[in-house]
Amino acid sequence: MKFKQASWANDAHLEPLVFELSRANRTGYTLPQKTPSGANIPENLVRKKLELPELSEPEIVRHYTRLSQMNYGVDSGFYPLGSCTMKYNPKICEELAALETASRIHPYQDEGTIQGALELMYKLERHLAEIAGVARVCLHPSAGAHGEFLGMLLARAYHKSKGKERKEVIVPDSAHGTNFASAAMAGFDVVVVPSNSKGRVDIGALRKAVSKKTAALMLTNPNTLGLFEDEILKIAEAVHKVGGLLYYDGANLNGILGKTRPGDMGFDIVHFNLHKTFSTPHGGGGPGAGPIGVSRKLEKFLPVPVIEYNRKRRRYYLDYRRPHSIGKVKAFYGNFGVLVKAYAYILLMGASGLQEATEAAVLNSNYIMHKLRGVSGYELKFDASGPCKHEIVFSAEPLKRETGVTARDVAKRLLDYGMHAPTYYFPPIVPEALMIEPTETEPKEELDRFVETLKAIADEARSDPEKLRSAPTQTAVGRLDEVKASREPILSWRMYRKLAKQ
Amino acid sequence: MKKLGLIVNPIAGMGGKVGLKGTDGSDVVVKARELGAKPVAPARTVKALRVIKRLGLDFELLTYQAEMGADEAWEAGLVARVIGNVVSGKTTAEDTKRAAVEMLDEKVDLILVAGGDGTMADVVEAVDTRVPILGVPTGVKMHSAVFANTPEAAGEIVARFLRDGLPLREAEVMDVDEEAYRENRLAAKLKGFARVPYEPTMIQATKEGSSGLELADQKAIARWVLELMEKGRIYVLGPGTTTRAVAEELGIYNSTLLGVDLIENYKLVAKDVSEKQILKSIEGKSAAIIVSPIGRQGFILGRGNQQISPDVVRRVGKENVFVIATPQKLASTPTLKVDAGDAKLDDEFRGYIKVITGYRQSRMVKVV
Repeated sequence: MKFKQASWANDAHLEPLVFELSRANRTGYTLPQKTPSGANIPENLVRKKLELPELSEPEIVRHYTRLSQMNYGVDSGFYPLGSCTMKYNPKICEELAALETASRIHPYQDEGTIQGALELMYKLERHLAEIAGVARVCLHPSAGAHGEFLGMLLARAYHKSKGKERKEVIVPDSAHGTNFASAAMAGFDVVVVPSNSKGRVDIGALRKAVSKKTAALMLTNPNTLGLFEDEILKIAEAVHKVGGLLYYDGANLNGILGKTRPGDMGFDIVHFNLHKTFSTPHGGGGPGAGPIGVSRKLEKFLPVPVIEYNRKRRRYYLDYRRPHSIGKVKAFYGNFGVLVKAYAYILLMGASGLQEATEAAVLNSNYIMHKLRGVSGYELKFDASGPCKHEIVFSAEPLKRETGVTARDVAKRLLDYGMHAPTYYFPPIVPEALMIEPTETEPKEELDRFVETLKAIADEARSDPEKLRSAPTQTAVGRLDEVKASREPILSWRMYRKLAKQ
Repeated sequence: MKKLGLIVNPIAGMGGKVGLKGTDGSDVVVKARELGAKPVAPARTVKALRVIKRLGLDFELLTYQAEMGADEAWEAGLVARVIGNVVSGKTTAEDTKRAAVEMLDEKVDLILVAGGDGTMADVVEAVDTRVPILGVPTGVKMHSAVFANTPEAAGEIVARFLRDGLPLREAEVMDVDEEAYRENRLAAKLKGFARVPYEPTMIQATKEGSSGLELADQKAIARWVLELMEKGRIYVLGPGTTTRAVAEELGIYNSTLLGVDLIENYKLVAKDVSEKQILKSIEGKSAAIIVSPIGRQGFILGRGNQQISPDVVRRVGKENVFVIATPQKLASTPTLKVDAGDAKLDDEFRGYIKVITGYRQSRMVKVV
């Protein structure tokens, strides 16, 4: 298969920004002549001029179509970005979320007029609680890391209520970077525990790490190597024995959904990523949804408002009268559009459908593990005698040793073949890591093509390493200066303009 | 275009196979030759250079005459500009030092040095930290943190340094008294520090809340240690740059880099103290010890800080020993070691201990 991404460019400049395309009086919209009367806006706050771009409708349509052609998404092709669970987003969920009854309601509306929305959230909570094996769920967090942060705030509130200040949160070295940050943001000291040679939490190190200071252990299971923490019950025991809590990071829930439940493993706080496991789109920074579930003993600390149902009056309502609540973590009740899509997905799949999705996701990653194993240039760093779960981490270290070509080069070259790259250089405990998560929706042919491509790239590394170092060449944009991009990001028109003036 | 310097100590490592534990001192070299020792450094250097050659990079190679680099470069098929003047077969430590100074004058970006601890100590004595170095491991004693794991790894690191640039970190240069070593006594001394290119497992540093810059992480550790410090308690501050950062955070800029200092009530109360002085100062007082492992070797006690003797540790209490290390240092030092000179005390440290790695951040690390 040949791949070449559309590139709309004028000389060296890519498709201009909509502001740069703007020409005076070429408008495709009509604004009201003046401020509506009675709006009561103070004179000094009324803008005299609006700097909106001026373009005709077809110009706008072309602009955004061109941008979309220079983009790549799960709707374009294979997207094995490990631990991100980039699964296909069913279009019916989008349609339902776009319904006027879902998209044109306002959080300040009277409860009586949004009973359907409240019911949907109430029922979604119940479904998630059943899936995770917890007592209660809060839908408020608007991103995965936001949910982690809420989880840590709940742990803090719990220990405070027991009259004990506990200062330490334990995190395995294979964890997502956000775990360390969420714990620190909630005011905890972070203690890192290493993984053992089987890629699981080193239980000896954990037992040495826990103490009366331990507030919680944050654990991802299956972990970021795609391996199930088979000593989870011993881990839970070690943490509970000193009075600590067990926090579940939901990044990899897709590997066990419908098969086992975090609550049954002993987790007290369970985190979900609706944009991973429940097939809502990844928002590129938002809107996401990172609900938090808790066991009975933590329920009273959940943020307000909590949605309750009054049986007598047959009415859903928002309960703010919760004296132990940690307060608010978001202005309203969660990213509602995302919640609608997740709810639709759960109903669409049903219990057996969710189980089947997990089975297919695990089967697909094991298929890749077995086909890629033994391909010269790539190797598994941790014991993989048993099956992996929904993802598998290969190391490109042998290839680097042999040819000098790195995992980054391999990842960039994959783009030239019309495939998104796996997550690379993560988890940090695997050198030259390529973290592959195919998800359940990929057909066998696509998996085969991926493995063949990785083989072809290993061959290229030997015959023409320069080609890999300069990859990608078939995409709209070539290799970016990632350091510059993260150190000096230009995120808005205003920043861009300021830079252009310098 | 980047400039790479190359210095080979051709006799380094010769004592190893004939059981001489090093070749410091010219009479030892004679003895080694009599015992049938063959040079090992040249062949190992060629291995490193071949890795660089294979990647076909654009750089200038500057080296010293004959077996001090020119021969090895030729053997590996690399074109080099040769400077210096040596007597082949009779090279000395003075030649190594002179070569380092001349390469510093030539403004090389990095000197690749093939040798052992003694060679590294010579180079650092001559140029201090003014030019980055990287060690190709060819010696008998290699306790310093400036060596790559293998000659090939040295080649890879150099290649990445030349091609992409790599961050630099300070690394310990250790040397062992060979006389004592031949009598099976290990008396490792900290001879100084070098700047070495460091290949971070990039994300590791950032994921665990590290800045990726060692100096910034040392400062973060120092901040946290400062918050943990208590008034009225004596802190025994071991040698090294990480512990120096703690002193600097306290506003102390004249701490002893290669020795042990005492701090009380946030002030430096004694400099470069001996075991006796430590014992005297902490008598009847609450005390704590702050040490950092020797990079790559991982010794937290018994190397370079023998003043912190088993007696001192027992008086202070094992639970009051704070071990501090940056994530960068731990990445190249996966396990720690103790050789305090008291087998029972060493045993008590074995297993997992908590190492402070950043601000409000620590890591369980195994002591073997």
